[in-house]
This record gives sequence, structure tokens and C-alpha cells, in this order.
Amino acid sequence: MSVPIEFYLALSGLVFLIGLVGVLVRRNIIVILLSIELMLNATNINFVAFSAYLGNLAGQVFVFFALTVAAAEVAVGLAIIIALYRHHESINVDDFSMLKW
Amino acid sequence: MGTLIFFYLAGVIVLTATLVVALRNPIYSAMSLLVMFFHVAGLYVTLHAEFLAAIQIIVYAGAILVLYLFVVMLLNIKGEEKYNKQSVVALCLGGVLLVEAVVLGVSRGITVASPRSHSQGEPGLPVGNTESIGEILYSTYLFPFEIASLILLVAMIGAVILTKKDIFESKSS
Repeated sequence: MSVPIEFYLALSGLVFLIGLVGVLVRRNIIVILLSIELMLNATNINFVAFSAYLGNLAGQVFVFFALTVAAAEVAVGLAIIIALYRHHESINVDDFSMLKW
Repeated sequence: MGTLIFFYLAGVIVLTATLVVALRNPIYSAMSLLVMFFHVAGLYVTLHAEFLAAIQIIVYAGAILVLYLFVVMLLNIKGEEKYNKQSVVALCLGGVLLVEAVVLGVSRGITVASPRSHSQGEPGLPVGNTESIGEILYSTYLFPFEIASLILLVAMIGAVILTKKDIFESKSS
């Protein structure tokens, strides 16, 4: 473990930033969900790095829970996408303004 | 040597993450995300989290990404033409945050980066990663574990109800 933990934090922050830019920039709703996966992975890298450097296994257990939530989010999110596509024949987020006032 | 491996993994992770956001075709995005998942799993192995590395490959690469590819093929999508209109704002904000992160890293990174943490972190980790995670998961974190199973159940029911076509009409008729 010769790599200082700041490198892991920088990597995680960079990946989180890329995911955030992806959520803001892309219009394809599937790529937006993929960018959310990027952000979840960035937090997981953080958790595992701190878990290894502090010698505490709680971080790895929390990655486990984050994985569970990610799986649930993907299942529900993709179901919503399919339901939306059935009604609007589109997955472009600009087309979905039904909830907008 | 460890530093070299870390920089290889980190470089590939950042590159493929950028490709996920930048590529126009959602299938290519999903494929580069697959490469990223594998390299994150490699990063977990270097951090002595072998169980999580296996879970990462099985759950993320095996289950979640296949689900994405299924939906992409199901929906028959063409590549999108343009990025979102707020891309200028988003890129400016991202650039500012990036510069801030680099400035913070350069000004503080050299003094803070001490090897003190790794000498005291090593003896705390037990030998068998999977066994120790299982023990802590079924003793200390038993209640959150049960909650996680409940979340999965709710997500499953929600996905079925959302995708089933006329679930309420068929019941009333």
C-alpha cells in the first residue's frame, strides 16, 4: 500500500465529476443512468480506500449496501424508461415535460 | 510497483469514464462502462478487498450492465445528435471545479501525503476478506442487511408493476 490515500480521493472525485457532467450534459436518458452508475462507483472507490487505510471493514460493508441500492435503482429506472418509451416513443429527456408546470 | 499499477488502473478508469459520457452511441457507452467496472475491480484487489472485487464483476458487469444492454436493444435507439443545451454551463462549472481540485491538490498534497497511515492500517485487516466481511455483515450489520433485502423486494415489485402493460385494466374487467 505505497499509494497515498489522496490519490484515491482524487481519482474518486474525478470520476464523480465526470458522472455529474454526464448527468447534466447528456440527453439520452439511458446514458444519464449510466452516469449515475459512474457516481456510485466513485463513492465506492472512496469507501474501499478509506476502509483499507483505516483498517475498518465497515467501509466494505457499506459498498455492499451501495451495490444493493444501485441494483434496485437500475431495475426501477429501466422500468420507468420502458414505460416512458411506451407512451412517448422517445428516450430524449427534452421530450418529457409532463410534470413541468 | 504498486504506484505504477495504481496509475495504470486510474488512467484507464478516468479514460473510460470520459468515454461513457462522451460517446454518442449508448451501446459504446455501456461497453466502456464495462471496461471501467473491471478496472475498478482491479483497484479493489490492490486495496485488499477481494470479495468486493468479485461482487463488482458479478453484480455490476454481469447483471446491471446486461440489463442496460437489454433495454438499449429493446428500445431501438439511434445515436443522439447534440448534447444538452446546458452543456456550456455544465462544462464551465466542471472546469471550475476541476481547477479548484487541482489547486487544492497541489497546494496541500505534498505535505499531507505521508506513509504514516499505511503502517497503522495494515494490522487491522484480518486475513480472510470474505470470512471477515460475512461475520461483520451477519452480526453488526444484520439489520441493514435485512433492510437491503427489503429494498430489493420493493424494487422488484416496482419494476414488474411499471413494465406490465394493463395491470389495472385487466383486474377490473
